[in-house]
Amino acid sequence: MIEVESLTKVFGQKSAVDHVSFKVEKGEILGFLGPNGAGKTTTMRMLTGYLPATGGKARIDGFDVAEQSMEVRKRIGYLPEVPPLYTEMTVESYLDFVARIKGVPAAERTERINRAMEMTHLTDRRRDLIRHLSRGYRQRVGIAQAVVHDPDVLILDEPTAGLDPKQIIEVRQLIKGLAGTHTIILSTHILPEVSMTCDRVLIINHGKIVAEDTPENLTTQLRGGERLRLLVGADEAGLRQALEPIDGVREIAATPLRDGGRLSVVVEVSPEHDVRSQVAARIVQGGFDLYELRSERMSLEEIFLQLTTEESEEGARREA
Amino acid sequence: MRSLWAIYRREMQHYFVSPIAYVVGGVFLGVAGFFFNGILNFVMQQALRMGFQAAQMGGAPNLDVPGMVVQNFFAVLGSLTLFMVPMLTMGVYAEEKKRGTIELLMTSPLRDWSIVLGKFFATLTVFAMLLLPTLAYQAFLFHYSDPAPSMKILLAGYAGVLLLAAALISLGEFLSSLTENQIVAAVLTFGVFLILWVLDLGAQSTSGGVGALLKQLSLVRRYNDFTLGVIDLASMIYFLSFAAFMVFLTLRSLDSMRWRRA
Repeated sequence: MIEVESLTKVFGQKSAVDHVSFKVEKGEILGFLGPNGAGKTTTMRMLTGYLPATGGKARIDGFDVAEQSMEVRKRIGYLPEVPPLYTEMTVESYLDFVARIKGVPAAERTERINRAMEMTHLTDRRRDLIRHLSRGYRQRVGIAQAVVHDPDVLILDEPTAGLDPKQIIEVRQLIKGLAGTHTIILSTHILPEVSMTCDRVLIINHGKIVAEDTPENLTTQLRGGERLRLLVGADEAGLRQALEPIDGVREIAATPLRDGGRLSVVVEVSPEHDVRSQVAARIVQGGFDLYELRSERMSLEEIFLQLTTEESEEGARREA
Repeated sequence: MRSLWAIYRREMQHYFVSPIAYVVGGVFLGVAGFFFNGILNFVMQQALRMGFQAAQMGGAPNLDVPGMVVQNFFAVLGSLTLFMVPMLTMGVYAEEKKRGTIELLMTSPLRDWSIVLGKFFATLTVFAMLLLPTLAYQAFLFHYSDPAPSMKILLAGYAGVLLLAAALISLGEFLSSLTENQIVAAVLTFGVFLILWVLDLGAQSTSGGVGALLKQLSLVRRYNDFTLGVIDLASMIYFLSFAAFMVFLTLRSLDSMRWRRA
């Protein structure tokens, strides 16, 4: 549905987006994840035709965003970073205006507007001036504006920014509800958001894609294995003897605890190995006491930090 | 065409739900009424004096009193237009840029020209609506003056004001598209209008080729022709092509926004 090939945007000397390529299948939700200023908004603006690309190609539903902008614009709903609201209008008249400029035929307009208001729970605020709405409601009007013409593709720039936790959950549910029938790209710098809503994640930093996968795979691939934390009543040598032969155990670090003979142990395990039951069995078979066994996964947050800081360290080295 | 209508409607709505139209309209009508009253008094006194002189010297007074009132009134109306238009046009693009709504317009399936023309015609309509109550002054003249003012001078006058406004509005909207600050847009527009006005004074004092050229280009001079009851086709074409050129520049400016934006 969306194909992007080495899309590039240069502002002066600085490249904001640097040869970014990706694909989004129909009905998929893709999350752009990255720190502020990573190039998420710029990429989205190029997809919507608001900004021309310096280089590269992007196609939406087979239409080139630069060459066939009108066709592309008919097919997308776009929520910019700042919701584009005419605050002196009522919710309903604003949505009517948007429906008109998006080319919704007169016969379908009322129905589409009502539907958009229902989806975003705005029906009881339809006659309120947007000026009088709270931040959360305004954000909803922004989303209603993006879906009012029932576009195939939705591009949402930080759809949950500035919302309170309850509103964030509502918006996430709304986005999930749109998935399947709509192809969605959303950007965020909040990590749990991606793992909760997206089928696939693109981590962008300094205008480049540093990782791309499903949230689950990203966690598995990049966590560089698993880590087990144990609390064992044993001597260190005996414990090593028991655990080292297990396939997948890479490293064992034991620290004796002060309160009588227990060891706090960290076991590094290679990826794709689940050794928990074997570890437990070996310890018990060796005649030791097992008090605690806990698997530690690297969270998406840690991966994200790792990726983006590695990248900037590299950048710093390159510049030096 | 449908999207042009949508833009036009929203723009009109914006003028009338925000205080701009009321404030500009109120001030304009107040000042215009004040001047109409002043002109009426002045012309009447002059007519009396001249009538008195004519009676002393013998012979009938030969003065087109209502004509003089109308002419002077339209001259004032032209100057007022120079002050009104910047207030009507300052926010037209600057506000959209500031609020980010321009991003909605530019990512919607509408051509740039439907945005530009929709906005232009909306402002021109609002201006015409503000002008409407001044018809009451003319009705007053028709009722009390004998002979009545000539229809031709009135028509020429109103046609002139509308043409002048069309040219100035297109210029003001172009300048508004260059900035996202309404105040900057207003000051810029005032400044350019003043230069246009001074240019006309310059044309009067400059002789030779340059003076002739300035006279040809001067909006104010061409407007003055209309206040005298002259509907000159060349002037009409000049005003309209001036507006068309400014609309073209605005289109270029919108297009360039895509390229310049950082």
